[in-house]
Amino acid sequence: MSDMTLEVRNLRTHFFTRAGVVRAVEDVSFSVQRGRVLGLVGESGSGKTVTGFSIIRLVDPPGRIAGGSILFHGRDLAKLSEREMRGLRGNRIAMIFQDPMMTLNPVLRIDTQMIETVRAHAKVSHAEARARSRDALGMVGIPSPDERLESYPHQFSGGMRQRVAIAIALLHRPDLIIADEPTTALDVTIQAQILAEVQKLAANVGTALIWITHDLSVVAGLADEIAVMYAGRIVEAGDVATVLDRPSHPYTHGLIGSVPSRNKRGTRLRQIPGMTPSLLDLPEGCAFRARCAYADAACEKDPPTTEPARGHALRCFHPLLEPVA
Amino acid sequence: MTTWLFRRLIQALFVILAMTVIVFLGVNVIGDPVEILISPDADQAERARAIIALGLDKPLWQQYLIFLQGALHGDLGRSFVFNEPALRLIGQRMPATMELAVTAVLLSIVLGIPLGLYAGLYPDSILGRSAMAGSILGFSLPTFWVGLMFIMVFAVELGWLPSTGRGATAAFLGVQWSFLTRDGLAHMAMPALNLSLGNIALVLRLTRAGVRENLPMDYVRFARAKGLSPARVVFVHVMKNILIPIVTVIGLEFGSTIAFSVVTESVFAWPGMGKLIIDSINVLDRPVIVAYLMMIVFLFIVINLIVDLLYTALDPRVRLESRQ
Ligand SMILES: Nc1ncnc2c1ncn2[C@@H]1O[C@H](COP(=O)(O)OP(=O)(O)OP(=O)(O)O)[C@@H](O)[C@H]1O
Ligand code: SF4
Ligand SMILES: [Mg+2]
Repeated sequence: MSDMTLEVRNLRTHFFTRAGVVRAVEDVSFSVQRGRVLGLVGESGSGKTVTGFSIIRLVDPPGRIAGGSILFHGRDLAKLSEREMRGLRGNRIAMIFQDPMMTLNPVLRIDTQMIETVRAHAKVSHAEARARSRDALGMVGIPSPDERLESYPHQFSGGMRQRVAIAIALLHRPDLIIADEPTTALDVTIQAQILAEVQKLAANVGTALIWITHDLSVVAGLADEIAVMYAGRIVEAGDVATVLDRPSHPYTHGLIGSVPSRNKRGTRLRQIPGMTPSLLDLPEGCAFRARCAYADAACEKDPPTTEPARGHALRCFHPLLEPVA
Repeated sequence: MTTWLFRRLIQALFVILAMTVIVFLGVNVIGDPVEILISPDADQAERARAIIALGLDKPLWQQYLIFLQGALHGDLGRSFVFNEPALRLIGQRMPATMELAVTAVLLSIVLGIPLGLYAGLYPDSILGRSAMAGSILGFSLPTFWVGLMFIMVFAVELGWLPSTGRGATAAFLGVQWSFLTRDGLAHMAMPALNLSLGNIALVLRLTRAGVRENLPMDYVRFARAKGLSPARVVFVHVMKNILIPIVTVIGLEFGSTIAFSVVTESVFAWPGMGKLIIDSINVLDRPVIVAYLMMIVFLFIVINLIVDLLYTALDPRVRLESRQ
């Protein structure tokens, strides 16, 4: 399918620490099509960020990609040389980080940080690079971009800094943007503005978007598909209607709680009783079983991924029956 | 910015004034120069005349005021021993010390920063580990001992380098410098390296610590996520951040390098200010001691000011605060 921008197959990213192997990403598969938005949700520590960094190959030792393939337009990123990968980063694949206060270099001016990005991938003059940078700032709604280019990050608010980071991500009109909880640190109005803008841009340019978040209400309004991560695995994935309105996995159901309406804003992930298990030397079997009301002896084995319906992936021995009460 | 500078200058003035009192009192506590300067067989009348000539007959506070009055006119007294203005004496010796100190600081930059970068980027490499281990020696071995070892090895055993003096000098801007001649450079090599060992170790460790601290930061990963080359990430993004503490420390170290050159200059018989001050202390040549200490205080103040200015140039966040 030519429309497939990214196809991750059986990705495994492990951290080989002194205490043992942390299987932060274990057998993860998903795909994103051109112009579509995939929401990657899950509790803290479930492996969302590591998944994102695996795709742009910025997992630092002791972590490394231990298996699987990351097909970007059919090319396996896991097999590219570091040099080839560098040509894609910031160019065809961009990433926006969680904390806007920390992502920009505090001692370099905005123009320096933008122009270097332009010139890392395009042979253009300084003036041309500057013009592109200014246009990108304007595109994300930063007023008087010409002046703002000469500012330092500390002269911007958090929301403005995240816009700058988004502008940097947009500089080369990438085919894929990985946005790692880019609005979590911002207040609600700014969140909404940024969401709307990113959505518009993705649709206009045809960029595929992976939107990592804690906040179900955000993905409900934004994403086309949702993948739910738990303890390094995707436990349920499918289109928004299927996953949010008729969740089959007990974990997804727990996350949504009793308010599954996907149009209801402000629905945060509900606290599920119990703790996320340590990913260090995780025992065999469903990682959710200690917290699952439906667990039985069968769950001591790893549940395989099944496809109860087309485009709907599930990892559970005892899926919930519809409709969920 | 101007108010800031003005405030700093007023502060500096008070520091200098306070130092004059401390230095003046301190020098008087060390001992009585009369015993050393006047020959033991001199009779009472001769003694009294000499004491009056040196101005030591007046009460201490009066001596201080006379000194202060002179200082305001740029006169820090005459050497008891050479009967020359103390400042001129120091001025004559200053170039020798300065070229030694500047070379030592340059060495610490040229060796310390690259080694520190390497050790920070590759902490488990053999070179990285050796640099760290070596830096501990650089800190802990006493300067005079290292100096003596240098002489033993390179001058006595191998005979590669001369052990004492400045060697041939050449004039530049009306001053004699060693670094302008081959012979002078050969004479300078050991003392300069000796003087810089501690600084190299300090800069190396500081650079390494800065790299280790900055590499895991989000801004570094973001820079990499933009597709920048590793060289650009390290030499522009990381470097600009770690340069701030390094510049501060190198600046401050420059002052103490000059002050500590006393030891190195003594070991290598380098005719600089350090040598002069040691000789002056031995004969209790008070005006020279006072003038030297005042000069050092002044130097520290100037260096601090320059470091602060550099700091504002390097760190945009500081700039904003000083404007407010
Ligand atoms: N450098 C590392 N060394 C060891 N383990 C790591 C390292 N980095 C991440 N991990 C482990 O990987 C797991 C997944 O981390 P990740 O940051 O991807 O979670 P996340 O889903 O993004 O969480 P959050 O919502 O809090 O950002 C965590 O359990 C963490 O312990
Ligand atoms: S496999 Fe078993 S334990 Fe795991 S979610 Fe399904 S029912 Fe619960
Ligand atoms: Mg995360």
